[in-house]
Amino acid sequence: MTVQQAPAALTAKDLTSDQEVRWCPGCGDYAIIKGVRSALAEIGTPRERTVFVSGIGCAARFPYYMATYGFHTIHGRAPAIATGLKLANPELDIWVVTGDGDCLSIGGNHTLHVIRRNVDVNVLLFNNAIYGLTKGQYSPTSRVGTKSPSTPLGSIDNPVSATEFALGCGARFVARSVDTLQKHLPEVLKRAHAHKGASFVEIFQNCIVYNDGAFAQFTDRAVAADTQVHVEHGKPVLFGKDNDKGIRLNTRTLKLEVVKPGENGVSLDDILVHDETNKVLATLLAHMQPPAFPVALGVLYCEDGPEYTTAVYDQVAAAKAKKKAVPMDELLHSGHTWRVGI
Amino acid sequence: MAAVTAEQPHHVERREVESVVIRFAGDSGDGVQITGSQFTDTTALAGNDLATFPDFPAEIRAPAGTTFGVSAFQINFGARSIATAGDAPDVLVAFNPAALKVCLPDIYPGGLVIVDTGTFGARNLEKAGYTSNPLEDGTLKKYRALKIDISKLTLEAVKDMGLTSKEGLRCKNFWTLGLVYWLYGRSRKSTVEWLERRFANRPEIAKANVAALNAGHAFAETAEMPGEISAYVVPPAPLAPGIYRNITGTDAMAWGLLAGTQLAEVKAVFCSYPITPASSLLHALANLKHYDVVTFQAEDEIAAACSAIGASYGGALGITSSSGPGVALKGEAIGLAISAELPLIVVNAQRAGPSTGMPTKTEQSDLYQAVFGRNADSPVAVLAARSPSDCFEVGIEAVRIATKYMTPVIVLTDGYIVNAAEPWRIPDMEAYAPFPVTFRTDPEGFQPFLRDPETLSRPWVKPGTPELMHRIGGIEKSYATGHISYDPANHQKMTEVRAAKINGIAKDIPLQTVEDGTEGGRLAVVGWGSTYGPISRAVSLLRAEGLDVSHIHLRHLWPLPRNLGDLLRKFDRILVPEMNHGQLVTLLRAEYLVPAEGLNQISGKPFKISTIEAAIREQLEK
Repeated sequence: MTVQQAPAALTAKDLTSDQEVRWCPGCGDYAIIKGVRSALAEIGTPRERTVFVSGIGCAARFPYYMATYGFHTIHGRAPAIATGLKLANPELDIWVVTGDGDCLSIGGNHTLHVIRRNVDVNVLLFNNAIYGLTKGQYSPTSRVGTKSPSTPLGSIDNPVSATEFALGCGARFVARSVDTLQKHLPEVLKRAHAHKGASFVEIFQNCIVYNDGAFAQFTDRAVAADTQVHVEHGKPVLFGKDNDKGIRLNTRTLKLEVVKPGENGVSLDDILVHDETNKVLATLLAHMQPPAFPVALGVLYCEDGPEYTTAVYDQVAAAKAKKKAVPMDELLHSGHTWRVGI
Repeated sequence: MAAVTAEQPHHVERREVESVVIRFAGDSGDGVQITGSQFTDTTALAGNDLATFPDFPAEIRAPAGTTFGVSAFQINFGARSIATAGDAPDVLVAFNPAALKVCLPDIYPGGLVIVDTGTFGARNLEKAGYTSNPLEDGTLKKYRALKIDISKLTLEAVKDMGLTSKEGLRCKNFWTLGLVYWLYGRSRKSTVEWLERRFANRPEIAKANVAALNAGHAFAETAEMPGEISAYVVPPAPLAPGIYRNITGTDAMAWGLLAGTQLAEVKAVFCSYPITPASSLLHALANLKHYDVVTFQAEDEIAAACSAIGASYGGALGITSSSGPGVALKGEAIGLAISAELPLIVVNAQRAGPSTGMPTKTEQSDLYQAVFGRNADSPVAVLAARSPSDCFEVGIEAVRIATKYMTPVIVLTDGYIVNAAEPWRIPDMEAYAPFPVTFRTDPEGFQPFLRDPETLSRPWVKPGTPELMHRIGGIEKSYATGHISYDPANHQKMTEVRAAKINGIAKDIPLQTVEDGTEGGRLAVVGWGSTYGPISRAVSLLRAEGLDVSHIHLRHLWPLPRNLGDLLRKFDRILVPEMNHGQLVTLLRAEYLVPAEGLNQISGKPFKISTIEAAIREQLEK
């Protein structure tokens, strides 16, 4: 074991590498990396114990800009590489940075399995609903009708909901934030880090070049208050400029509805109180879409469960307790042997 | 417990023979593989040299009685050195008509055919595709046939033992084994002990099987055997002194990888995805957890390779395994390990292809894939095991090269090697010099890609090491710093240094020796992998006749041994027998401009000695 040194206070600057950042000017990734650095500075894990693993895409350049350990790997496979890394050294703080194509298209299978195994890594999905690095093709989260070089007449396939997918995979931590929400994002990231197991965070990110304003419908400052609902455990799900709107569960239809407390006999008691350990509620919240509903941001779901690498090492320990690891020579001689001429 | 009685029976005239090939064949559910492995253990204990060939059907439980459901186990054992599982069986044990149908064409004329007549009803005959009963229509005329209602005799032997008739019938493989043990004068002791261990929780099953074993033995001993069927004795083989055990390629590889990581003082993380015939390595290593081995069944082949790479990045040795189709999927990830210069071992148990091919049949057709099968200039080290026990040595050597040179190493075995067993003189671990890895911890002058001038390998740094934080990736990187670089001259330099690093391994591996024969002459037979057995036997037989032929067998396929070109040029002709359409032969011609010729068999089966003998004679007549 390494001797723990007294942690010197980390700053965002300490977490910034000497490499020139090469994202397009105005890219949402700048805001995200700022949020990540500020969260990591607060978390305070020594830089050498933090590793960023990424696949391919604009987001995947992220590790180069962090003054931690980093591994920029191949398209879609970061969750698998992170799993192997965690198996080799469970003490590391591992962050997987991935985009919507990387995470949900070419790497969808690995996303599924890192989540269902509940490997203790933090998956940050930078969702900009477009392929940026390959110059603007539509992605698995693009809305139907997205015109792109590969879909000149508009895309025709249904988009996947990242958070609903994660919940379906058995995720035990699912959260959402927006690149520009500089107070909200670090708080969500800190929660993701604190969760022992796979944490899945979808960050809505604006691609200024190929899909500018893709999420403007709910991220524009002018409309945000009425189109976003920031959920917090134990608090009523209220939104609107003056917190005048809320979400109610219609127990007859099992559907959510937007209501105004004080109007039509609706009282504050009718408003749902967020319970982040309630998976059904998390699924309903993840499903809300504008314009009929606000987009739910914050920690939608968080519930502890057995973590994968811990279980792996528990088995190793149990095997060791049960069976002696005899020296190699002795192992080679175990079972049936016979002697010739000596 | 039913003791073995009458181990010294009344005197039997036994004919001495030098070697025998027996094939057991029946339905998947007949216990053929167990029968074969029991016969193998007993034969090894009797001091014979031996080689085995388990031949499984592709289907787990094919419809009973069909030809495609036939499972077989062949063993060649003798009083001399045994190199292969044998060209053609001297003895066939056929548990049903389908087994007879499939195997009879392979049996030597005059060979002994033992059949269970109890299974030769109309329905089974039809399922096997017989229009008339081969026991009666002259089909067996060329052979010595021993027709016994084994089913009935087995049921009689186990009656009143509390088994259902279905359970009782399952004992017929042990009844037959008892008979075959008698034919070759074998002791039943080790099998009885095995049964008692195996069925410790169901003593009635153990007891019934022992009773069946004894009954089969007694039947042979006391029954009026037809005159032409005699009892045999196969004296012990003159093996080198030592302590021996039987070992399959799978177990030898698992132990070799474990021994290698112990010698390297590095943790093994084994990541794999099930595929025939490679899965058994995952099973074997999953049982070595008490040695701190971590095994991980990944979601797919790509994840298996990637998680192994992640483990190596973390400072363990990542190992993955598969067969050809799976290795194809791992290709991009292997490229990442080449680019990031991380150790990785990829074990490929080759099988017949392309595509799904014939998963349970052997082939050695992934040599091109191993040496060349990735995008771009992406050299790796390639090793091949020649026999089941050789997997131990190759496993250790793979760990040494991967960790010393920070490179992927592809290890080629095949469906034959992984399943087959052979006696193995257990090596002394003292004879292996440790090769402990070093992890860089000193920040002074650290650059992630600054190379060791001798090996050209870069430092291995565990994430978690203070003051050495750095970023690596699959993008081309600047020569020393590892920062992203698109500089044209740098890419040229990096491509050249990656190649030079792998080529440099040639300085660190043994010179190629001649396995059998002289360092020059009329004909060199050059092989790699599991053709070792048949080539060595064919060459030694023909050398005994005085023919000028030598055997060279390669373990290091990339880089090739540094003296190989000069060695090959000392021969007038070069013959390269391979279970593929001509891969090593192409490599040798390309590398050394030598007039090598191929002998190519792509049947899913190992070479027969006679096939190689004939090809050698033909070469020498040219």
